[in-house]
Amino acid sequence: MSERVAVRKTYKLFVGGKFPRSESGRSYLVQDSNVSLASRKDARDAVVAARAAVKGWAGATAYNRGQILYRVAEMLEGRREQFVALGVPGDEVDAATDRWVWYAGWSDKLPQVYGGANPVAGPYFNLSAPEPTGVVAVVAPETPALLGLVSVIAPAIVTGNTVVVAASPTAPLAAVTLAEVLATSDLPGGVVNILTGRLSETVPTLAAHMDVNAIDLTGVTDPELAADLEVKAAENLKRVLRPVAGGHDWSADPGLGRMTALLETKTVWHPKGV
Amino acid sequence: MFEYAPAPESRSVVDLKPSYGLFVDGKFVDPADGGSFKSINPASEEVLAEVAEGGAQDVDRAVRAARKAYEKVWGPMSGRDRAKYLFRIARIIQERSRELAVLESLDNGKPIRESRDVDLPLVAAHFFYYAGWADKLPHAGFGSNPRPLGVAAQVIPWNFPLLMLAWKIAPALAAGNTVVLKPAETTPLTALLFAEICQQADLPAGVVNIVTGAGETGRALVEHDGVDKVAFTGSTDVGRAIARAVAGSRKKLTLELGGKAANIVFDDAPVDQAVEGIVNGIFFNQGHVCCAGSRLLIQESVAEQVLESLKRRMAQLRLGDPLDKNTDIGAINSAAQLSRIRELTAAGAAEGAQQWSPPCELPERGFWFAPTIFTGVTQAHRIAREEIFGPVLSVLTFRTPAEAVEKANNTPYGLSAGIWTEKGSRILWMADRLRAGVVWANTFNKFDPTSPFGGYKESGYGREGGRHGLEAYLNV
Repeated sequence: MSERVAVRKTYKLFVGGKFPRSESGRSYLVQDSNVSLASRKDARDAVVAARAAVKGWAGATAYNRGQILYRVAEMLEGRREQFVALGVPGDEVDAATDRWVWYAGWSDKLPQVYGGANPVAGPYFNLSAPEPTGVVAVVAPETPALLGLVSVIAPAIVTGNTVVVAASPTAPLAAVTLAEVLATSDLPGGVVNILTGRLSETVPTLAAHMDVNAIDLTGVTDPELAADLEVKAAENLKRVLRPVAGGHDWSADPGLGRMTALLETKTVWHPKGV
Repeated sequence: MFEYAPAPESRSVVDLKPSYGLFVDGKFVDPADGGSFKSINPASEEVLAEVAEGGAQDVDRAVRAARKAYEKVWGPMSGRDRAKYLFRIARIIQERSRELAVLESLDNGKPIRESRDVDLPLVAAHFFYYAGWADKLPHAGFGSNPRPLGVAAQVIPWNFPLLMLAWKIAPALAAGNTVVLKPAETTPLTALLFAEICQQADLPAGVVNIVTGAGETGRALVEHDGVDKVAFTGSTDVGRAIARAVAGSRKKLTLELGGKAANIVFDDAPVDQAVEGIVNGIFFNQGHVCCAGSRLLIQESVAEQVLESLKRRMAQLRLGDPLDKNTDIGAINSAAQLSRIRELTAAGAAEGAQQWSPPCELPERGFWFAPTIFTGVTQAHRIAREEIFGPVLSVLTFRTPAEAVEKANNTPYGLSAGIWTEKGSRILWMADRLRAGVVWANTFNKFDPTSPFGGYKESGYGREGGRHGLEAYLNV
């Protein structure tokens, strides 16, 4: 009896909840697979998808967003072996799963920790609350392929932002596989969009895009490129999360910084009286 | 209008020197290249004083003084002691408040009623508020040991000279930073009087440095390598240039930039209150307010009634001598700003909007612009899109709350917004949807040191005021 011929997977982009090939029809060989090589047009399409998803996702209740992020953790746990087969160490998958759980719980707690009533010197109700900034472009760290990726996506979306992620060019399979996790987690299409390919093609387009509100440069290791992207981002005054000199310790307590960097604070006043 | 006898506030409380140096390392010093410029009273064009123009060498000297003070004195000092210096400053500001208010009105052109009753109380309150944070930083929610950044470069505008100074210096010092501040070139005088207050408070030398000058001085300051933090309030164009200049550096940046706020009046709003809010929203401080309610959106069914009432109210506004206690509208801050206002209002008329001002006699000398409204404005008009920064209101109408939201958010800015309605649920529904950092419901242009202020989108980033305001000056 002959051995069964395996069914191989096509690795594609993740845009608007769907898995399209690059509109350019190109792919590149990496990790022994043909992976979509995203174009500038793919980056722009992903921004359109992310923008379309903002209203529903930012408008969802914090409880609902928390439930969905927790559901992502459940789905990731169930696919543990699939990531291990791609070369992601088992304890990294576990840490990534735990990170989703950790951030899931923040959805309905951060507004209390980060906002609140302001005791103004007058007869006014005055309340400050955080709101998502909108569409966030994210350059995922090169490594660790899964934990690094989760650690930049989760803090952006838990508060109601939507993201366009440029995945690690050298280890994109974990990113595409994570997209499959996200696609089966009740996460509305467009909340997370993942582009594979060369950073030099997609990221400058995202940095200069006038409908992107913030950019997370964590995965940019070349200081000159980071500075150039920051200059592009200044055109519409994007909020910029700079890369950390010397790199990140992704196993450390993430703190609130990655969430709060992508938030606006809205303060509402109303007089008190009869 | 009732005839009022003039009731001018006395100038004698202000003792102006003929010329001022830079305030560096605790002393007034001459600039390295000896340049100077004149600060004038915009209400009379009279020269108030000659002020030093800081060059690159002066900026360098000030940054070094700030660095030394940070490393030797202010950084190592306990929060409790930093607090005491800030409390001292707050108290001296209260004690000398009339002197500061008169000088502010002289140099800026704003009515004494505003500098006395709004600016100065807020300035003192801001220092008092942040003084209290200096020894409580571990409890501010930024970890158990948040650290200052170092030397802060701060560049401020001319519309609220002393208040913007307070917004910048108070949180910076409370968090343990030292500062080099550049006031606007048309309004440097209260910052220099503030330098004297720092001396009077025995604030250690170099903790606060004031370098006067124009745009080039500001550029040298924000681009200086010895600076760890840049804070800027001013135009969006300059903010963009600063964001580019600090790209790739370690400098933490906060920007408070322009605005084009919608002030939205629904058909159930109490008309008289709304009209007071509209007037306060656009004519407060001659409209030289980044969060001014410069686009009035009126629900169509009450547009006629609201406009009629607004025009009646505008006819009661008194324009003239800023030092007169009866004055509602003072002088435009500079000839340059006046020509900007004239250019945009000319564009408004040319693009087909209808211009209206009450009968209003303008003084012969100085820079003046009558309170003005434009009706028949469309969203495409320049006067509906660009920040005029003067006493000019663009009026648009809407039919449904959804249309009001759409129009209000149709701007690259996002600093503030106003809502006038008696329906509570509608206020909260609107407030959720307006993309603006401050939403005033049934009020407008209210400020408080405990209340975070700052913009969405191209109105900048970071918040000033409240616990949030500390974040800009801590390594978090």
